[in-house]
Amino acid sequence: MTAPVTTPAAAAPAAAGQPFEPLILGFTCNWCSYRAADLAGTARTKYPHNVRLIRLMCSGRMEPEFILEGFAKGADAVIMTGCWPEDCHYRIQSVKALRRFIFLRRTLADLGIEPARLQRFYASAAEGQRFADEMARIVAEVKALGPIPPETRVALAAHPDVVASASQPQEVEV
Amino acid sequence: MTAEPVTPAEAEAPVADKPRYKLAMYWASACGGCDVAVLNLGMKLIEFTERWEPVFWPAAMDAKRADVRAMDDGEIDVCLFDGGIRTDEDAEMAQLLRAKSKVLVAFGSCAGEGCIPGLANQRPLERVFEAAYDPELNDVNGSGLPSGPWESPWGELELPTLEARLRTLGQVVDVDYTVPGCPPETERIAEVLSAVTAALDGTGPLPPKGAVLGAGTSTVCDECGRKRGVKSIREFRRIQTLAEVDPELCLLEQGLPCCGPAARDGCGAKCPAAGAPCIGCYGASQGVQDFGARLLSAYASVVDASEPEDIERVLASLPDTVGQFYRFSLAASLLHGGRS
Repeated sequence: MTAPVTTPAAAAPAAAGQPFEPLILGFTCNWCSYRAADLAGTARTKYPHNVRLIRLMCSGRMEPEFILEGFAKGADAVIMTGCWPEDCHYRIQSVKALRRFIFLRRTLADLGIEPARLQRFYASAAEGQRFADEMARIVAEVKALGPIPPETRVALAAHPDVVASASQPQEVEV
Repeated sequence: MTAEPVTPAEAEAPVADKPRYKLAMYWASACGGCDVAVLNLGMKLIEFTERWEPVFWPAAMDAKRADVRAMDDGEIDVCLFDGGIRTDEDAEMAQLLRAKSKVLVAFGSCAGEGCIPGLANQRPLERVFEAAYDPELNDVNGSGLPSGPWESPWGELELPTLEARLRTLGQVVDVDYTVPGCPPETERIAEVLSAVTAALDGTGPLPPKGAVLGAGTSTVCDECGRKRGVKSIREFRRIQTLAEVDPELCLLEQGLPCCGPAARDGCGAKCPAAGAPCIGCYGASQGVQDFGARLLSAYASVVDASEPEDIERVLASLPDTVGQFYRFSLAASLLHGGRS
């Protein structure tokens, strides 16, 4: 009998006594939501440091594979952000991203990952405060959810590239 | 796998003078369809046996595990391994055949990506047993579960133990090549065997390690003869609910959840040609990491809805998302089937 599949990621609990600090992956579009993040930074608006942002040209560039790979490699939640649909620089791509989000959220739920671990919001280039507020809301929500349950994490950790999700986020000045 | 370079004269030598390579074929947790697909070679199989000596093939000949154990490491030239790794016996055979074979091929969808049995990875083992065996009706072991050692009239017998989840062959041992399909098409198998024979003879190129053999690099859509227009889906439909299937129009455009956009070509797009949607048995097309994510992305692109409630309504017409998007590939997907 072979031992069940386990990896360090599955076996590494958060240090005792430490509050749960989720690792969250955030995707922005180049034209609106990244500018919003930039504006939040210029205005020195603070929001929790748990989110790692990755800039894409458009939210329509968001491959569902990117999100699944994020979860497989240890993310506790993933956020998709982009232009308001009427402002999308690539016409209807923001709507396509919305459809992918809805399809993916249902599929993730069927695979045992709570829908709240995949989040989305729109932010225009002028909405730095909204960007920070939404990030704070989502981080609070994911903290309340806690880490991905160990039994699910065992399955996720079967991914060969998986990294420990328990790694502590770096302090980031936004 | 090394082959002595041959001169043209040797290459032309009569069959009897050419080396005869050792072939093994094994079924782990499989339905046997892959073995049948090879047997379907018919007369061609007889021709192949002039160059290939089957040394272990439970579906077709009498040879035992002990015979394989007695072989030297690397004695088998090519092993076609079909079936997923679901039991401790499967894992043991995978290790054994890996050691004894120069070239190990993950043959068919189960060995390559988990196939239908991999869908059980959605649930813990206890739930799988609950679904498959009613303990009140299956009491052979006293526990109701057909697993582990038990007293039989012939002495103590031991059944293989199921592991927590189904793994692909590549998740257990090092795999040299993959032949996709559920099962692989018989013509493709003939091509693969001919190509491998030529590679061993030194008269043909040796495919790079990790290559997918007996299939294309594009999608089923690319080899499907149906007419394609602008897709605009308001509802996914089951084929049984259609009064008739348009014989020429793309099936996805007719609302049938066809897997063609994500599935690897090589099968000849036989299902869509016959009016049935592609179910994706050839696995993900070249470069795709996760079949389900790619198919989901393709479907979401062509849904004719832009408001969340409306999109939800279209999605509701696909009642089983995992079964639709990961029918053959769940065990090899990025999330490996989620909860275990």
